[in-house]
Amino acid sequence: MSHAASQGASTADSMVAFENVTKRFGGSKGQPAFTALDGVDLTVVRGGITGIIGRSGAGKSTLIRLVNGLEKASSGQVVVDGIHVGTLGESGLRDLRRQVGMIFQHFNLLSSRTAFDNIALPLEIAGMDRKAIRDRIGPLIDLVGLGDKAGRYPAELSGGQKQRIGIARALATEPKLLLSDEATSALDPETTQSILELLKDINRDLGLTVLLITHEMEVVKTIASQVAVIDKGRIVENGRTFDVFTAPQHETTQSLLSAAIGAKLPEWIRSDLKPVPAPGDRALVRLVFFGETAFQPLTARLVAEIGSDVNILAGAIDEIAGEPFGSLVVSYAADPQTLERAARFYRDTGLTTEVLGYGA
Amino acid sequence: MAPDMLFLLLWKALLQTVHMVAVAGVIGSLIGLPIGIFLATSGRGELFPAPTVNKIVGAIVNATRSTPFIILVVAIIPFTRLVTGTSIGTAAAIVPLTIATIPFVARLAESAIREVDRGLIEAARAMGATPLQIVFKVLLAEAKPGLTLALTLTLVSLVGYSAMVGAVGGGGLGDLGIRYGYQRFMPEVMLAVVVVLIVLVQAVQSSGDALARRFDKKTRKN
Repeated sequence: MSHAASQGASTADSMVAFENVTKRFGGSKGQPAFTALDGVDLTVVRGGITGIIGRSGAGKSTLIRLVNGLEKASSGQVVVDGIHVGTLGESGLRDLRRQVGMIFQHFNLLSSRTAFDNIALPLEIAGMDRKAIRDRIGPLIDLVGLGDKAGRYPAELSGGQKQRIGIARALATEPKLLLSDEATSALDPETTQSILELLKDINRDLGLTVLLITHEMEVVKTIASQVAVIDKGRIVENGRTFDVFTAPQHETTQSLLSAAIGAKLPEWIRSDLKPVPAPGDRALVRLVFFGETAFQPLTARLVAEIGSDVNILAGAIDEIAGEPFGSLVVSYAADPQTLERAARFYRDTGLTTEVLGYGA
Repeated sequence: MAPDMLFLLLWKALLQTVHMVAVAGVIGSLIGLPIGIFLATSGRGELFPAPTVNKIVGAIVNATRSTPFIILVVAIIPFTRLVTGTSIGTAAAIVPLTIATIPFVARLAESAIREVDRGLIEAARAMGATPLQIVFKVLLAEAKPGLTLALTLTLVSLVGYSAMVGAVGGGGLGDLGIRYGYQRFMPEVMLAVVVVLIVLVQAVQSSGDALARRFDKKTRKN
């Protein structure tokens, strides 16, 4: 066991650990190398759903392909369930890949095989006999809700059904980790939700660790308990999805979020905002409700506290990783007396607030 | 010419053509197909990376394909004699036909295999497939309709090529057309030959198309 010594590198509850991982492409024949990943440190919690979100070209695809060795790190370590991926040879990699399922944006089903035979492919590859394959696939195809479509070819299935077959195929070898490469990006919103529900069920019922990459905030918000935000090859923010999304620190997270969570201010308000109040200006404040505060009639009490001069500019109620979350942008007079009363109210109620600026 | 005489000539020539096309087609495909697979999978960063050998094989394939068939027939006479012990007759004609078929099939097979979605190769790799498993379970299975059309095109081209091996006494329909229809001024023989060739090519093409359609599960059929 050459890996025994290094097993301590990953903690017991981590399924995947990236340790200072850098990946460069090209760089030969005088051309400068392209750095896709730059010193990535990240832990994927065992048994959880971890989302990696970023814009296209941020390095997400490279990152997820390092996990099953489809790409090799230029430096640093990728540890999957105690195994250092970088040290594996071709046959070691094949063994690893049989324990790691993967689903794809464009499903990647064989058009020449029926749904059943597509699910059978990884088992044939692993050398399982025909009878055992049949026994394995029956329950799987029911699990993804396509028991009646076993004999259909991919061309006869809808996008959502194809992805369900892709999921069944990824689960066929009973992996401990499922990699999802933009699995819902080619699907409509409704189908996306149903696929995400399926992934959530699988995670819960089979205890399967899920690592997904996406550019859609909606996906992370719906199912990921942990999130990492990647930008230009670096992890810029990472933690519990709820924490990251309710108090985004990095500019990339904020801009990705504002599109997804409807608390974006209209341009005409935003462009006039000033950092300090002039006489007669109003304060624009974002109130964030979650946990305890999400269930209390705090807006009404705020009005009662500081007078009826409270104006609501924007707002949204949402759910992040299963927790209710509300965001409200209000404005009120920026005179010292009102500000003081508001501050006291926030302190007493534990409401999270953010002063966006001041304007007329 | 008496109709029964014409029929006999045509029948004998048709058998010779079918014989040459079938043998050259089968042997040429058996050799050409693996070369095509190699060409399609041995580029840089592909399943069996061997870019240098790939370039060399590619160059040989191109050289053979750019040699006009009639010149190939004459040029390889020593080789033909080595293989068959003679340089004239149907058996001797099969040698250049086979040699011409190999690169033809190789290039067509290569492009049919390259048509297969790269995502499928990645998916198979992610399942832990070996390169050989990828070739047989993914590439060949997915390229089957394309390969069928490639082999159909090969057979049709072989019918055309086989007309030229009359030059080395290969016989066949083309030879009959030249010797009787053209050199002996018998337009009815020429016409009959052309008609039989059209029917033959049509039959090959239609069966190939039908087979390819059957293999093709990409387009929805109801």
